[in-house]
Amino acid sequence: MELLLALGVGLLTGCGVWLVLASRTFAVILGLTLIGYAVNLLIFFGGRIGAKAPPLALPGATGLADPLPQALVLTAIVIGFGMVAYFVALALRGVGDSGSDAVDLPAAAPDREEGP
Amino acid sequence: MTHLPILPFLIPFAAAGILLLLTGKGPAVTRGVSLLAAGLGLAASLALHLAVSSGEVLVYRLGNWPAPFGIVFVADRLAGLMVLLLFALALPALLAASRGTDIRGRHFHALFQFQLAGIAGAFLTGDLFNLFVCFEILLIASYALLVHAGGLERTRAGLAYVALNLVGSSLFLVGLGLLYGTMGTLNLADLAFELPHVAPDDVPLVRVALMLVSLVFLLKAAVLPMAFWLPHTYAAATAPVAALFAIMTKVGVIALLRLAAVALPESPAGALLLQPWLPVLALLTIALGTAAALAARRLAVVAASLVLVSSGTLLFAVADGREAATAAILYYLPHTTLVTAGLFLLAGAIGAARGELGDRLARGPAIPGARRLGLAFAVLALAVSGMPPLSGFLGKLMLMQGAGSGPWQVAWWAVLLVSGLATALVLARTASLLFWEPREPARGPVAAGATVSPALLLLVLASPALTLAAPAVAGYAGAAAGQLHARIPYMVAVMGSGPDIARERRP
Repeated sequence: MELLLALGVGLLTGCGVWLVLASRTFAVILGLTLIGYAVNLLIFFGGRIGAKAPPLALPGATGLADPLPQALVLTAIVIGFGMVAYFVALALRGVGDSGSDAVDLPAAAPDREEGP
Repeated sequence: MTHLPILPFLIPFAAAGILLLLTGKGPAVTRGVSLLAAGLGLAASLALHLAVSSGEVLVYRLGNWPAPFGIVFVADRLAGLMVLLLFALALPALLAASRGTDIRGRHFHALFQFQLAGIAGAFLTGDLFNLFVCFEILLIASYALLVHAGGLERTRAGLAYVALNLVGSSLFLVGLGLLYGTMGTLNLADLAFELPHVAPDDVPLVRVALMLVSLVFLLKAAVLPMAFWLPHTYAAATAPVAALFAIMTKVGVIALLRLAAVALPESPAGALLLQPWLPVLALLTIALGTAAALAARRLAVVAASLVLVSSGTLLFAVADGREAATAAILYYLPHTTLVTAGLFLLAGAIGAARGELGDRLARGPAIPGARRLGLAFAVLALAVSGMPPLSGFLGKLMLMQGAGSGPWQVAWWAVLLVSGLATALVLARTASLLFWEPREPARGPVAAGATVSPALLLLVLASPALTLAAPAVAGYAGAAAGQLHARIPYMVAVMGSGPDIARERRP
């Protein structure tokens, strides 16, 4: 079980890194999303894998689940979602400004403001 | 329990909310509210600074949950100094923005206040996950501030900056996930208590987690392999925004300093975590920043390259890790932050005065009011290149004495001195291009009465003030360094005499 989950996180991360290294913003957005999923799963598994343990010390409970990773992962999901949404908006603006989806937008013609 | 430690975070945060409600009320209202909030923040941070200067560590438990279960804000001498510096920088930046750049886009003041809240929170928090949240607050505000006023050049810079920092945030989360999975806590003081007792099997995993977290701090501080984003990003922002960004790299430096000084000592997982690679990378960063300044074709790029130089300088001393080095950092850091911010504002003023030529380093029109701008340039140039008699010289002297022992000493002194000389050369060449050679009148629209604004004047006077107040500031920096490296008062203030929590071994 652990091995399967670890491989899943690794696969997601690998695909994400591959996509982030692409030269088009659309692929980069997908890659960042995949890395975000992998990271959220990793935090979630940090609270250990298993079921049937209550998060609070109820009478008669033998073990306790750790509720904190769930709180952490919820925060991380919300923040990651917001950040990727902003990146999408910025990429759209780049497409609108320059007509190109390249990560490295074409230089501002006719006269760039800084050296190459 | 006093509410003082949370005020520097809460005031800008509340002001940002109010400013969002005031959307469309006209620039006079938003500027007034924003300046009022920054003034209140300065007053609160001054009060906090005075409260902690006695050596007391103020702990603010949010919701009164005991650490490590709740989130704590911790104000020691270091946090008091950094928060005061933040608001001392924010007020001039806001004054400069209120001269016109703030109405070239939407929601400038709300974003500015969110950024202040994020930075203040990052300096004050005593919890690593809360530090992540504060980083994200300051980052998302900075993403929007960077592209404020629009233009293709800013979008270009913004795309790279946002993508890079999103990856950085993911790495931060991986580090935090591993750290929580192995240690079961993310409270810095609790970590400091627990790290010496890590099970031997867990040591490699904890080291990886700590390394990932350090890596993210280094990305924020722009150390060499991760430094290339900085010059064109900062140079693309409007001048007041770039001036505020001057403190952003310091957030990474201070976070790393706190982690290294409080959590890492006496632990097998933290031993030699930053050695010997960080000093090498820091020296190379100084060299890179100097070379970038030599090659720059705009004054704003020169200023941004000098931010790299100061980052490298500070990080070398952080890697050194001795108390004297930390004391030198804490004197040099306010100086370098305020002076580079002043250079950004000056580049903006010169750009406005030269019409369509902007702040490019080319022979151009005579600048109206060149004498005053030139005087401001001379003060900032002396300070930033570390020439006597200003605070740059004193700061570098302390750094040369405090950091870099043994085999590092020769390399450290050589790099620091050569970099200072090259910086002086760059700035002398710039001054002659901008102020002595031009003769023809300006082309394109020129801002009327382009001169030294009150905001720029405040930042120009910062270095002379730090020089005059050097004994007091250096004394405070020494006390702050002593408190930071003593560790135990900080840990005890947060956790009590030690965590008496029954921990289970985490699989």
